[in-house]
Amino acid sequence: MTSIPMEYYLVLSGFMFSVGIVGVLIRRNAIVVFMSIELMLNSANLTLVTFSSYLGNVTGQVFVFFVMTVAAAEAAVGLAIIIAIFRNKLTVDIDKINIFKW
Amino acid sequence: MYQNSTEIFQMMPFIIIGAGILLSIAVEMSIKKSELILPWFSILIFAVSAVISIAGIQQESVLFGGMIAAGGKAAIFNFIFNVGAALVVLNSVDYIKKYGTYYGEYYILVQSSVLGMMMMSGAKDIIMIFMGLELMSICFYVLAGINRKKFSANEASMKYFLLGAFATGFVIYGIALIYGTSATTKIDDIISGFNRLITNPLFVAGFIFLLIGFSFKIAAFPFHMWVPDVYQGSATTVTGLMSTTGKTAAFSVFIIILAAIFSTHSINKFTPYFAAIASLSMLYGSIVAISQDNVKRMLAYSSIAHAGYMAIGLAAGNISSESGIIFYLAAYTFMNIGAFGIVSIIEGENDTQLGISSYAGLGNRNPVLAAFMALFMFALAGIPPLAGFFGKYYVFIGAIEGGLTWLAVIGVISSVISVYFYLRVVVYMYFREPQEEIKIYSDNLSLSAVVVSGLLVIIFGLFPDTLLNLITSALIR
Repeated sequence: MTSIPMEYYLVLSGFMFSVGIVGVLIRRNAIVVFMSIELMLNSANLTLVTFSSYLGNVTGQVFVFFVMTVAAAEAAVGLAIIIAIFRNKLTVDIDKINIFKW
Repeated sequence: MYQNSTEIFQMMPFIIIGAGILLSIAVEMSIKKSELILPWFSILIFAVSAVISIAGIQQESVLFGGMIAAGGKAAIFNFIFNVGAALVVLNSVDYIKKYGTYYGEYYILVQSSVLGMMMMSGAKDIIMIFMGLELMSICFYVLAGINRKKFSANEASMKYFLLGAFATGFVIYGIALIYGTSATTKIDDIISGFNRLITNPLFVAGFIFLLIGFSFKIAAFPFHMWVPDVYQGSATTVTGLMSTTGKTAAFSVFIIILAAIFSTHSINKFTPYFAAIASLSMLYGSIVAISQDNVKRMLAYSSIAHAGYMAIGLAAGNISSESGIIFYLAAYTFMNIGAFGIVSIIEGENDTQLGISSYAGLGNRNPVLAAFMALFMFALAGIPPLAGFFGKYYVFIGAIEGGLTWLAVIGVISSVISVYFYLRVVVYMYFREPQEEIKIYSDNLSLSAVVVSGLLVIIFGLFPDTLLNLITSALIR
């Protein structure tokens, strides 16, 4: 297993992170934007696990549990917010949720 | 494990707030009239926790297995969070009654967010920064949309959530890279190896991701787009909480992670970054605020500008700018909570009476409110001898000592611009005739919160040396 160099994992996680950022910036559906954010968090998890495994230091893996817990809490709150919006306006398109202008 | 009583004493604020949250949940579940109990209970635990924190300022100790520091600068931050939250709770009682939307979660969420802020400001481990940040932010996402039947609150909540979670993604990825390059999550170890680590490009990348994530939270310029909408759409009291204590907590993290630069005189490689966000936020916030007619939105842009003034201190990166930032945060918290308190008193139902025209003639109709609003506006504009002036003054002094005179000059220019829109409110209150009949609800509790913040602003302004010496002695130890 250790024959796969660390850089491969880091490049993969960097790629996932970039896909997440691009998804947040160009997609207009609130749910898809939220999924892109989850992708960013998971790429960070992958980075943490990679470093943890290659450094032989277990802290990173413990950290991943914290991140997963927080991501679950965030998902609960985020989906509740999106449902509240949908009940009032029957859409989750970010471009249509714009009553504030300057 | 804990031989001396000091550590147990220092731990008390965390225990009190944590136990208070659990107790509040039990009260909310089992007692129908929880609306009458919870605000007073929250104020009680905030007050006790603030007093214990500030009493332990002389003794610095590390608690919970090296995870959290208490005393020193953390004591000052905890004092700001707890007093600020207590004033906001005092303000909320009448506001919630006026809107007729009581949800029991409100006070519990305020308590939880304060616990998160206390975890951030005392963090000794990156895990603690992350957990505190998320505890605070998730509570704020819910609080922003607590009035769930109102679409403006929904929109504010969703914008805050999506951009806040986006920022969290940056923070956690940055933390992952910092962990990978330094092989530890202990902040003290990272700081002691800072000069060696800073040569590693991966570490620098991680650090910049972390800084970008927290720049979202302090509402600095390129990362500010959520601020006006969220501050306008949320309940006014909630805006008062997240624009002040939330920003203070984010700045406390900057101070913790930049400790290597502040105290051991490492070369500040991040000066260009902070100088850029500081100058852009100051100018952008001040200039755009001029065109705002909604007072809440105007205060939101002014909060972007204030984030810029404080970021000057981060760019300078020396001890006097650090104590300047903390002084500024204390002053800013109380003057902004006071200003939002008055906005929440004037505000009518369904987001009415938020425009600046609603303030016309306030000097005749309600002289007390008008006098306090004028006080907060002068303080925010930075007119001596009020607290806001000394906040700016100390930060600018730090910038000049750090060789960033041009940044201080931009700061002065932007304060001069900002005088226009702050004084516009005062002019409306005293020199314009009211065009519409405005009903102001009599709010004794909100008024007392405003009076307390006003007194703190005046005291900080009249005796700035006392507070500054306290902060500096806490930092140098």
